Amino acid sequence: MAEVVLKNLSKSFGSEVGVEDISMTIPDGAFVVLLGPTGAGKTTTLRLISGLETADQGEVWIDGRNVGSETPAQRDVAMVFQQYSLYPHLTVRDNLAFPLKSPILNTPAAEITRKVDEVASVLQISHKLDNKATALSGGEMQRVSIGRALVRDPSIYLMDEPLSSLDAKLRTDLRVELKRIQASLGATLLYVTHDQIEAMTMATHVGVLNEGRLVQFGTPRDIYENPNSLYVASRLGLPRINVLPADVFSGMPPGTSQIGLRPEHIAQGDGQEAEVLRVEHLGDQNRLHLTLKGHAITTIADPTIDYAPGTMLKIAPKNPLCFDPHGNRIR
Amino acid sequence: MAQIIIKNVRKEFGDFTAVKESSFTIEDGEFFMLLGPSGCGKTTTLRMIAGLELPTSGEIYLDGEEISQKPPSQRDIAFVFQMFALYPHMNVRKNLSYPLVSQGMGRKDVRAKVDEVAGILGIHDILNKPVGGLSGGDRQRVALGRAIVRDPKAFMMDEPLGALDAEFREHMSEELRALHDRMGATTVYVTHDQLEAMQMGDKIVVMNNAVVEQFGTPQEIYDKPATMFVADFIGSPSMNFLNFNGKVGDGATSVDLGGQSHAVPRQSQGASGDLVFGVRPEHITLSDSGSYRGEVLASEYLGTTQIITLATPNGEAKARIDSTQVARVGEQVSLSFNAPKVTLFDKSSGHALRSELNEKVLSHG
Repeated sequence: MAEVVLKNLSKSFGSEVGVEDISMTIPDGAFVVLLGPTGAGKTTTLRLISGLETADQGEVWIDGRNVGSETPAQRDVAMVFQQYSLYPHLTVRDNLAFPLKSPILNTPAAEITRKVDEVASVLQISHKLDNKATALSGGEMQRVSIGRALVRDPSIYLMDEPLSSLDAKLRTDLRVELKRIQASLGATLLYVTHDQIEAMTMATHVGVLNEGRLVQFGTPRDIYENPNSLYVASRLGLPRINVLPADVFSGMPPGTSQIGLRPEHIAQGDGQEAEVLRVEHLGDQNRLHLTLKGHAITTIADPTIDYAPGTMLKIAPKNPLCFDPHGNRIR
Repeated sequence: MAQIIIKNVRKEFGDFTAVKESSFTIEDGEFFMLLGPSGCGKTTTLRMIAGLELPTSGEIYLDGEEISQKPPSQRDIAFVFQMFALYPHMNVRKNLSYPLVSQGMGRKDVRAKVDEVAGILGIHDILNKPVGGLSGGDRQRVALGRAIVRDPKAFMMDEPLGALDAEFREHMSEELRALHDRMGATTVYVTHDQLEAMQMGDKIVVMNNAVVEQFGTPQEIYDKPATMFVADFIGSPSMNFLNFNGKVGDGATSVDLGGQSHAVPRQSQGASGDLVFGVRPEHITLSDSGSYRGEVLASEYLGTTQIITLATPNGEAKARIDSTQVARVGEQVSLSFNAPKVTLFDKSSGHALRSELNEKVLSHG
C-alpha cells in the first residue's frame, strides 16, 4: 500500500471543467471519500489517478513516483466500478483469479488458490466459488467485483460508487464490511460517492468537491462540525441544515448574512415563537416542520412528546454556523 | 372524500395467492401507506381498491357503498402511477383538462377548474408549455394535477416518487404531504421505503407474503411491532434480535440473557424455547461498568449520533449512541437496555409475546 499525492491537478473536456487545481494527500492506509453531487469532478479525479484520463496540468504521485507517463497497468491501482462487470462465462473462482493470471503479475498457481480462498472468506462468498458469475444475486456479484480488486495487492484501491446499485439493507451491511476489510488490510482506498451516509460512516478523511474544486478536506467529524462554507455545511446532515437570514435571531457576529442551523442544534422552550406545521414520526425521533417569520425550519424532538399542528413553540439557535454573503464561514 | 373499508379481501392469480384475507379501514382524509417488500401484495391491494383488479373474495366499501366488483370508472378514484404517463403531444393545460373534457364538463368550468388546480400545485407559469420539455418534478406535478382536477373520492398512488433521486424525493414527499394537508383527500400510497412510510403516513399497513402483518400509526408500529418481520423492516438500523433459549412466565418482569437478568415490560403471555429479545438501537446504552458485556466491532459516525456494532453473547447488535461518547473497535463495553421498550418474540412463529407495552396494540391488530 502507498501514499498518493495529487498536485495542482486540472482537467477539462473541451469547455467543460472536469477538475480544477486539486491538491490532496491520501495518506498510506487511509480511507478517503470524495463527496459531491453529479458533475463535481469525483469520477474524473479517480480516472486521473488510475491513468484512464491524462491530466492537462498537475501531477499524480503514487508511492513517491510521479506516474504521469505510466500506463494504468504500470500504476498498479485496482478499480471497482458501480456496474459490476464480471466475466459471465467464468465461475466466481475464475473471475477472482483473473487479475492474478495477468502476465505482468505472473502469480504461481498455489498462491492464486490461497489468495482467492482468503478473499472469498473475507467477503463471505466461499460457498459460491464454483457458481457461474451470472448465477449470483446482485449483492453477491458486487462482492465478487470488489473481491477481484482485493486479490491483488495494489498501491491503492479506487472505487466509484460500488454500493449505489444495491438495495438499502445490503448497502448498510456492505458499508460496515468494506470498512472492516480496509482496516484489516491496512489498504489505501479512494472512494467516490454522492451518498453522505457512506462518506460519514466509512471515511477516515472526506474531500468535498464543488464544480471541479476541492473545497474542504478533513475527518468526517471535522467536515460535519466545522464546515468552512455553506456549501460544505449543506452536503452533510439529515435532515438538511436549516439556512436562515442572519436577522431571524439576534446576536450574530457582524458581517453575518446567513446562518446555518443543524436540526439538532435548535433549543426548544426559549427564544422566538415558531408554529408547528407538521410532525413526522420516524420512530426513534420526531421531525418537526416549523415556520418562523415565513421561513421553514426543520428540527428534531423526542418521540414521546407529540405536538399538534398549530402549536406555538419557542426556539433558539444552539451553536449556529455563521456565513458571509459569499457563503464563507465566519468564525 | 371518503372512508374505505377492506373486509376479508383475497386475491388469487391461478395457483398463486397474491393477497390473503386482509382487513383494514382507511379513515376519511387519511394519508394511508401500504408498505412491504416487492411481491408482498401491496400493489395488488391498491389495484383492487381502484378496480384495476377484482378480488377473488371479500368486500371493499367506499363511502359506505360496496364497490369490489364495480368497474374503475364507477368508483370515482384517481390513480397516480410511478411512471407519470402524460400525453406527450399536448401541453400542460390540455393534459390537465383532458379528464374533465372527457367527462363532458363545459369549457368555462374546465378552465376555471384547471386554473384552480394549477394554483394549488404552483404550476401556473408552465400551463402553456409542452410536457416534453418539463423537468421531472414538473412532470410529476402535472400527473398529480390530472388526478386532482376530477375531485375524486380518493387518490391511489403507486410509488409515485420511486423514480426520483434521493434529494428530490425528499423534497417531493414534503410537497405531496403538504398538498394532502391542504386538500384533506383520502390517499392510499404504496411504497417499499420504510422511511417514506414513516415520514408521510398517518397510518401504515405492513404487508409480507400476501399477509397483513400489522396495521397502525407509525409510532405504534415502531414501538410495538407485532412480528419480527415488522420489527426488522421498520427502522434503520433495524431492531436488534438477541437470541436466547429459556422460559418466560406469565407476569414475568425480567428474563435471563447470557447469564444475566434483564428487566422487560410485564409479560402477559408465558413462553419457552427459542426466544428473541428485541431492542431498538437507540434503547441500548454503553458504559464501562456492568456485567453484560460485548466487543465493539465497528463504529459509524453519523453527525450527532453514531452506530456501534457489537458482538454480544447472544449475537450481533447495533447501538445508536451520542457521537461524543468514545467507543473503540476491539474494546469491551457493557450494554444495558431501556427495559420498558423491549419486545420479546417467539422465534419459531416470529410473533411478539404480549406484555404491558404492546397489549393494547396487539389485541386490535
